[in-house]
Amino acid sequence: MAVTTMIGAKIHRREDPRLVSGEGRFVDDFTLPNTAHVAFVRSPYAHALIKTIDLTAASKSPGVVAIYTHKDFAKAIAGGIPVAPAFVAEKKHVPNRFPIADKEAVYQGEIVAVVLADDTYQAVDAANLIDVDYEQLPAVTDLEKALEPNSPRVHSAGQDNLAWDLTYVPDDPAAMKEADVVVKERFHHQRLAPTSIETRGVLADYSSADRNVTVWMSSQNPHLMRFYLALAIGLPESRIRVISPDVGGGFGSKCPPHPEDYLVTAASRLSGRPVKWIESRTEAIHGTAHGRGEFFDVEAGAKKDGTLVALKVTQYLDAGGYVGNLGAFQGVACLLSGGAYRWKHVSARTIGVLTNRVPTDIYRGAGRPEATHLCERTMDLLAGALKMDPVALRRKNFATEFPFTNNFGLVYDSGNYEGALDKALEMVGYEKLRREQEEGRKHGKYLGIGFSSWIELCGIGPSGPTAGATGGIGLVESAQVRVFPTGSVAVYVGTHSHGQGHDTTFTQIAADTLGIPYDMIELHHGDTAEGPAFGYGTYGSRSLAVGGMAVHKASKKVVHKARKLAAHIFEAAEDDVVFDQGQFYVKGSPDKRKGIGEIALASYGAGSSLPPEMEHGLEAVAYFDPPNFVWPFGTHIAVVDVDSETGNVELLRYIAVDDCGNIINPMIVEGQVHGGVAQGVAQALYEEVVYDDESGQMRTGTLTDYLVPTANEFPTFELGRTITPSETNELGVKGIGEAGTIASSAAVMNAVCDALSPFGIKHMDMPASPDRVWKLIHAARGASSDGHDGKEARK
Amino acid sequence: MKHKVATTVNGRRHEHEVEPRLLLVHYLRDVVGLTGTHIGCDTSQCGACTILVDGKAVKSCTMFAVQAEGRNLTTIEGMAKDGQLHPLQQAFWDEHGLQCGYCTPGFIMAAAYLLSLNPNPTDDEIRKGLEGNLCRCTGYVNIIKSVKSAAAAMGGAPARAGEKSVAGR
Repeated sequence: MAVTTMIGAKIHRREDPRLVSGEGRFVDDFTLPNTAHVAFVRSPYAHALIKTIDLTAASKSPGVVAIYTHKDFAKAIAGGIPVAPAFVAEKKHVPNRFPIADKEAVYQGEIVAVVLADDTYQAVDAANLIDVDYEQLPAVTDLEKALEPNSPRVHSAGQDNLAWDLTYVPDDPAAMKEADVVVKERFHHQRLAPTSIETRGVLADYSSADRNVTVWMSSQNPHLMRFYLALAIGLPESRIRVISPDVGGGFGSKCPPHPEDYLVTAASRLSGRPVKWIESRTEAIHGTAHGRGEFFDVEAGAKKDGTLVALKVTQYLDAGGYVGNLGAFQGVACLLSGGAYRWKHVSARTIGVLTNRVPTDIYRGAGRPEATHLCERTMDLLAGALKMDPVALRRKNFATEFPFTNNFGLVYDSGNYEGALDKALEMVGYEKLRREQEEGRKHGKYLGIGFSSWIELCGIGPSGPTAGATGGIGLVESAQVRVFPTGSVAVYVGTHSHGQGHDTTFTQIAADTLGIPYDMIELHHGDTAEGPAFGYGTYGSRSLAVGGMAVHKASKKVVHKARKLAAHIFEAAEDDVVFDQGQFYVKGSPDKRKGIGEIALASYGAGSSLPPEMEHGLEAVAYFDPPNFVWPFGTHIAVVDVDSETGNVELLRYIAVDDCGNIINPMIVEGQVHGGVAQGVAQALYEEVVYDDESGQMRTGTLTDYLVPTANEFPTFELGRTITPSETNELGVKGIGEAGTIASSAAVMNAVCDALSPFGIKHMDMPASPDRVWKLIHAARGASSDGHDGKEARK
Repeated sequence: MKHKVATTVNGRRHEHEVEPRLLLVHYLRDVVGLTGTHIGCDTSQCGACTILVDGKAVKSCTMFAVQAEGRNLTTIEGMAKDGQLHPLQQAFWDEHGLQCGYCTPGFIMAAAYLLSLNPNPTDDEIRKGLEGNLCRCTGYVNIIKSVKSAAAAMGGAPARAGEKSVAGR
């Protein structure tokens, strides 16, 4: 690298002035002349046959442009929404998901009819007049019962309700026999609604004259959306332009294609008008893929001295009515279930189960929060059983030699787990805190201290394993660097920024690599009509470690060409040309210099001034295919106070020590950790999508019932870091977008269980809401007289 | 039947004929054409649509446009003056108080009202004052910092220590 003045600097974000001024441009801020607005009619039942749909009254409603049902789309959309065959399962039942229901609806919220009207109010009026005759069928809602042979089917014609069943490493009963102490537990991960504050939205404009379509949508991966649309709507990718402008958060939910993406695009073609749909919050909670929805049966054994022996994990994942596009990725929870530790044996099996609920899919962390949670909760359960301090047990078993190959063959590229743990202990003041905890308990004050020594796999690619998992698209990343004749630069990237600040950080990388001032570089993303042929998008904490590397690589290609040209101009050997701070000079003559801008101008000049084989121009495209995932890690510590009278859990302190390798912009890293921690804490203490067990009806369909925490619920998080550069890429960087979420639910629940330990309570599931905590304490207090073990009755 | 409504938005007078059921937020976005005020829910929880109505913070999804007759409305577009960001806008930028930026206009408007009542709030007073607004990106940490920093820039006394005391510190 030529200079390192920008990388590592706290640069204030260049995207902020427009966003703080109301000048951001989100999908809902675009409307075209003659736009028709959509209201969807959705199934009110979890499972029902659709007998008839009467449009008579609705079609006469003022402002109605058209009403479409399944038969109208049957010719306009080919096939169904694709399902990535991730981690190819041994047995798979993947029901075809057409974007609109035909004869049967399999979850509450599934689309049954589409109304187009001149404005949204009119569209909703007309939708309310559509009379659908349903015949209710039994709803499948319990994962274990769903797998019984006599269970009602999620799809009435389905052979069974098993989506997949894959054993990664089979159980070896002999392995557990070596253990002196064995613990068993079932860990639940409730369904979560991702809840980006901007909901999803689509505006499609089909031109019958040009036979092309432009689609504005709130997406984390516009190129993948173009690919999916091309497969479905009968237009080649060259005639589809997807623009994902400013996007108000995604958290994974804006990666997979959803039914509305297809229906709105097709409706524009059918109606000949631009068509727009902006999701309501109620629609978002009912219809946007949920996160999590799993439980894990875990058995773990250790020697008396704390040496870990064997871990056995079975994941049950609630797929919902269909298998989500990337839903099976969450099986990665199994592959990372051993966490940061050396185990002699780990076995794991994942079972995907269909239910009559909205499909689940990737949500911030996707599989890795679950892995951390089951592993770190298990470490505390083992520590309890061994009567060891949880810190000592972790310390004893950390992987210490890197690269470290885990029990599934995954190679952790770098790590210093004890370093992060030590730093976190120092920040929290561990010894003193334990003394305060002990003292407090004498006076009815129940403090809890919870650890999470987390690791993750991110920076997704590489292309090898991911092409197999996505059905052909290997997850690499692209960038294009264009140097204009005046020396200013445009950088186009295939990632998508929706809060991560790429406009700033990627420009920092380009500025350093090119030696061109930061202010002369513009960063572009989100429009498939610009830049390289394909981009892969932003998810899986991949943007920097894969996309940032593509920017670095394309910039280096530009410098390489510029150096050749400089050598030609200086009449010197290329090896003798020095590149320093954006300037070229010949070794030994540093006073005779040419800036990269001057070289850029020359590259567009008279052909006679170029070397014989050199083409004009100064630009380059690069695709970066990482050789491995990257492996961030850290230790988080949560300190909670549990009010034994009300069951309220207060998060008093939260310490996060993270290691994401080299840092491009520390301010942005801290912001990512803050937000990530908040989302994991939210799962631990507040959020839960609740469906009625009997009817499959959602009981948390608005933000009045689904509890997204406010500023009142969080303390100021205390952040620290260690820096262990990644061995996987030249920048030495890892991902940090999901780290906070991956770490925090385990830290908080370990703290809650630690606080509850004086009551003899060993475990509770999320969310640790006041009513659930109170019931547990109440039952445990009763237990001392009636002999119950105080274990929570499950819902 | 349409009703006449006359409002002043960011100092400029507007007259329109609107349906009585039109929400104020839709009026601002779709009729007046100011799209900086955002919509994040349908039950008045998220606060993304917060504006000032005669100086008071109001979630503009909770009013009909016709109820704004004769009122003085300020939206995020009206905060900067003469090309200078409002101290709150500047502070959100300086303190990394936003990530995706979708909730930000609502937070800035709610914070503007909070600071008009309490020019020098503690951290907990800021938390309480902004409890009607949801952010999914920041964990609120830097939003609180931003409001504190804006308060100082706007002439409030130097920030007071407002953290709750906690074991082990």
